[in-house]
Amino acid sequence: MQSLLASIRIAAMTMLICVAGYATAVWAVAQAAFPDGANGSLVTGRGGAIVGSRQIAQAFTQPGSFWPRPSAVDYNGAAAGGSNKSPTSPDIAARGREMVERYGATPQFLLPADLAAASGAGLDPHISEAGALYQTARVAQARGLDPARVEALVRTTAFSPGGYLTPDRIVNVLELNLALEML
Amino acid sequence: MLTQSILFVVLVVGGTALASWPLGRYMQWAMDPADLPSGISGWKTRAFAAIGGPLAASSQNWTRYMSAMLAFNLVMFAVCAAILALQQHLPLNPDGRPALEASLIFNTAASFTSNTNLQHYSGEVSLSYLSQLGALMWLQFVSAATGIAALAALARGLAGRPLGNFFLDIQRACFLVLLPAALVLAVLLVIGGVPMTFEGAAIATTLEGVQQTIARGPVAAFVSIKQLGTNGGGFFGPNSTHPLENPGFWTNIIEMVAIILIPMACVWMFARIIGRLRHGGVIFAVMLAFLLVKIAGSVYFEAAPTRAFAGLPIDQTLGNLEGKEMRFGPAGGPLWSVLTTSTSNGSVGAMHDSLNPMTGLMPMVGMWLNATFGGVGVGMINMFLYIVVGVFIAGMMIGRTPEYLGWRVEAREVKLALLALLAHGLFVLGGTAIFAATPWGADTLNNTGPHGFSEILYEFTSASANNGSGFEGLGDNTMPWNIATGIVMLLARFIPILLPLAIVGSLSGKRRSAESNGTLSVEGGVFGTMLAATIVVVGALTFFPAATLGPIAEHVTTMN
Repeated sequence: MQSLLASIRIAAMTMLICVAGYATAVWAVAQAAFPDGANGSLVTGRGGAIVGSRQIAQAFTQPGSFWPRPSAVDYNGAAAGGSNKSPTSPDIAARGREMVERYGATPQFLLPADLAAASGAGLDPHISEAGALYQTARVAQARGLDPARVEALVRTTAFSPGGYLTPDRIVNVLELNLALEML
Repeated sequence: MLTQSILFVVLVVGGTALASWPLGRYMQWAMDPADLPSGISGWKTRAFAAIGGPLAASSQNWTRYMSAMLAFNLVMFAVCAAILALQQHLPLNPDGRPALEASLIFNTAASFTSNTNLQHYSGEVSLSYLSQLGALMWLQFVSAATGIAALAALARGLAGRPLGNFFLDIQRACFLVLLPAALVLAVLLVIGGVPMTFEGAAIATTLEGVQQTIARGPVAAFVSIKQLGTNGGGFFGPNSTHPLENPGFWTNIIEMVAIILIPMACVWMFARIIGRLRHGGVIFAVMLAFLLVKIAGSVYFEAAPTRAFAGLPIDQTLGNLEGKEMRFGPAGGPLWSVLTTSTSNGSVGAMHDSLNPMTGLMPMVGMWLNATFGGVGVGMINMFLYIVVGVFIAGMMIGRTPEYLGWRVEAREVKLALLALLAHGLFVLGGTAIFAATPWGADTLNNTGPHGFSEILYEFTSASANNGSGFEGLGDNTMPWNIATGIVMLLARFIPILLPLAIVGSLSGKRRSAESNGTLSVEGGVFGTMLAATIVVVGALTFFPAATLGPIAEHVTTMN
């Protein structure tokens, strides 16, 4: 019984310091010094309306936009998740065939794997640089732009997430599409 | 690309190993201060004694230490369950999360009390911010602190000293070890772009005019202690694959370091308290060797392409990308999967269900052994069990009385150690057998054939290892799963803490003799080899038949 009383006293103190105090301190630092990231890296469009988050993939289906990786949860930012299918599963093969058809891939024009494989949370905001370059011809044609300009835009937007440690460059799809609007 | 992958692994694992040395020294200072009447140490102890009340004043024997720990854990469970059950009536619920189902509340409270963090719910779908912080994040601090406290007591007992006082130890671990580390890490995560807000979800209208709800919340504080305390329960359902929980390459590195930092430092803390740093070095080396073998296996097997894309015009030079994030690089997912299961963390940086079959075996091996660094505090305690068994077997082989640190290891201690080790096998294999043979398990699968069996095997392995990761395709939020894994988690948490303390209690009743040339030295390669062999024989072979039915069967039948 005495043990329970001692436990309750310590529970109250740890709750006060490790939950209330700690969370408030982190929140104060975050909101004061890094308000953009602290509120979800939201992007506002013309007129100040929120158009999405830089860190969260959103659906793009029009031929004039770059398309993100497939999502097992249809880009639901409120209930994220992956396919959780084994890489030997026939369902993954079926999605692969669907993507091959959608992008018109052929043995001479191989589809980069990230455009056929869903990410862990279904919200991966990036595609590989190769995956973006794969789409430039379609995007340029739909927008009536010079393909070379679109390709140059992809190359300037792409970055290496870990410097030397990650030689494969990636592109943020939302930022790329926003930049495309400005061309 | 191989060069970069190797460099990446060396950077993360090697860097953390180096950092664990000073941290182990600090943890000894924090957890086991010399009995000074004045100075900082004396002041801290007096403050903690004042908070704890009269029971925190004196040293406890092993039964009292144990009952204090159980009482505190009972309070942890009750407070967590109460907050979860009442979340719809409590504040900090901006998105109006409704009531939770009773068996899910039991499972979640058991899961976070036992430092497991198996999640049969999805955070951003089901929980209010108060439930996340007040119930779950609180337990992420105090359950981790329970493990560190138990290790400190065990080490003191082996050093031939009184065990100490649980009510002091738990506060030392919380306030002096976990809290400062969590603050530093949380700020780093905020800098890396992890949200920390009490506002509800953001509503966006996408460029194509569709509404998108973007869940957010007080993520940074939560993720920080989740990584440090080998907790692993994510703020969002898909854990650290979620871009708001782990926004970039560098946050991914920081979070991976945080997974193994304190488990590694626990070895040094143990070695310092028993006063045998060379012995600690041998244990550390054995653990590290197991860790590196598993990492090599997983990175190698995960470089194989997605089998399901074979024959399609898809370029797979980057390996299997299903369930992985582009920003972490090719080795990020498999490396994380090993780190998180070698310790009892259980957060994920790639979906384990979608790993290649043999890659998926590596996390399971990590959880079966559960001592190659292991959970904060408890990993080293599990290793102590293997040491007891190893020392006993070695003593029998060379025909000497088995001794450990001068204590005679006899039948009683070995029985207790084997009981604790074999309980793990019983929970994993027994549970898997029951659920694989009945609709309880069979009706909840997301994959068929051997991979479906692996889903069940993984779930019980994760529950019994107090890990918390999962083959998440499994539809595990059902009454049978919630109750079965809830019970397994609680038993598998407390049996391997109580029995080692009982062993120490039994040892300290004996006369300690000086170590001589006749006893097996615990500081050399012979001891290290013997320990590794014991781990392989007792830990791994128990589970080998089950592995052949799951991942190995899937690999040989589908990957060729």
